[in-house]
Amino acid sequence: MNPLSHIINSTDLPVMKPFNYTVSAALQARDIVKFSLNKRTALVLILVLTAWLGIDAAYAQVQGDPNQTILQTLIKWTPLMFFGPPNEFGGFVLNITVSFIAMAMGTFMGLWVGIGQVSPNKIIRRASWLTTQLFRNSPWLVLLFYFMFLLPYTVEIGGIRYDIPGWIKATFALSLPIMANLSEIVRGAINSIPTGQWESAQSLGFTRRQILWQIILPQCIKRMIPPWMNWYCILTMATPLISILGVNDGMTLTQHALAAEARSEFLIPMYLWLMTWFFIYSYPIALYTQRFERRFTITT
Amino acid sequence: MDWFLWLHAEHGIKLTIFYDHWDRGRFIKGIWTTIHLSFVTIVLSIVIGIIGAWFQKSRFIWIRTIVQGYIQFFRNTPPLIQLYFFYFAMDTFLSGIFNIHGGILGSYGWAVVSLSFFAGAFNVEIFRAGVEAVPESTVESAISLGYSRRQIYQYVTLPLAFRVCLPALNNNLINLIKTTTVAYAIAVPETLYVANQIWSDEYNVLEMMNVVWVIYIIIVGFLVWLMHRWERSTRIPGFGQ
Repeated sequence: MNPLSHIINSTDLPVMKPFNYTVSAALQARDIVKFSLNKRTALVLILVLTAWLGIDAAYAQVQGDPNQTILQTLIKWTPLMFFGPPNEFGGFVLNITVSFIAMAMGTFMGLWVGIGQVSPNKIIRRASWLTTQLFRNSPWLVLLFYFMFLLPYTVEIGGIRYDIPGWIKATFALSLPIMANLSEIVRGAINSIPTGQWESAQSLGFTRRQILWQIILPQCIKRMIPPWMNWYCILTMATPLISILGVNDGMTLTQHALAAEARSEFLIPMYLWLMTWFFIYSYPIALYTQRFERRFTITT
Repeated sequence: MDWFLWLHAEHGIKLTIFYDHWDRGRFIKGIWTTIHLSFVTIVLSIVIGIIGAWFQKSRFIWIRTIVQGYIQFFRNTPPLIQLYFFYFAMDTFLSGIFNIHGGILGSYGWAVVSLSFFAGAFNVEIFRAGVEAVPESTVESAISLGYSRRQIYQYVTLPLAFRVCLPALNNNLINLIKTTTVAYAIAVPETLYVANQIWSDEYNVLEMMNVVWVIYIIIVGFLVWLMHRWERSTRIPGFGQ
């Protein structure tokens, strides 16, 4: 979770034990999984669910419309919220797509900016540092606004006008903070490789470029995977922000659905339902991140 | 002031916040709201973190399960949806139960609640890791001196843990300040929201966007500077670099 963790963990501690807060969290998360797979817990969950369904149906009867239980309403709107309107790209699927593309773009750019941060050229180093700090310290929503307004709505290539859909611009805007944070991760990982590696490679006659790409970076990958996965989770959690700028993502469509129903008792279930999807998507990734982190801290 | 008027007349750069009385007033109010909101949520999230870390050490498994469930829920769902959930769903639900007309808290209040819970979930984990970094022998010495469980937490564990936590806490609090912009979505009049109003009135989107960007970088930079100073002044000798 903490990009500095490899620095903090690697200190000699005369007074305190090491500070690493993902390791034991993984054990506790595992306890949770065990706890929820427990027979008694499963029984309680099933009982609560049945009770809820019963109350739900009874309440709909009282309201005089037995076809409008909360469960039925959720099922009715789920295809729209998940896949977007028919023949259109949107919904929760769009959130995931945006997170994939933004992560790919951010990783690619972040790798170069990160390498730039350890460049022997002073100008490149300063410029990469400034880019990193600028995008790392500005709020995601401000960046989103900035690029939604700044980038053109249409482009003309070879005399043909193409419309740029809002979500592509949003994806680009979201990839920038990812770029900056990955740049820091790349820089930290490169700096964490002992200088002996550089020196021995030099003595074997490797050029600087060869050392970086064939010796240093392959060793960095292992250290970069856990924070990289962590940033993917953070990015996925930030994708609903694009709904503020009018992209038809899961959040926007949920609000449309709520507006269409106009019944206040649907508010809590609908929002919880949407949050559940994000949770189901993100929680396993978080667990795997912790597992990787634990495995790698032991071996290094 | 004249210089900004000249800038507008000569170059078309329209920074109304520097010469228009009304725009300047509301913009400063917006910045103040951002600072205020950040401060309140930082304090509340730290309180939640301290209490949560205490509960995680509890002897009862169900208390630990609830805390863990809270952490995982708030970490793995988007903060924007959490905010909507509190502001739209919880507000309607609670005011329905207590029969209060017009909602329980305003948008500002719900933004504080939602953001504090969001950042608090991360803080609990950070503080727990800090508490676990305190050696058993220190705690045992405190027990032998006759401290109670609460006293050990308050006077021995927490002050030590706090110092080890600071770098991680620092990151999280910076993240929290950046997340306060999300309050825009429920019309809390913070910097971004006010800037949006101004550029809708004055048609100076690009100028205001740049100003907002600079303002946030200054606010975040100030917190970074403050926390680094604090980190240095409370450093444990021999620990860390």
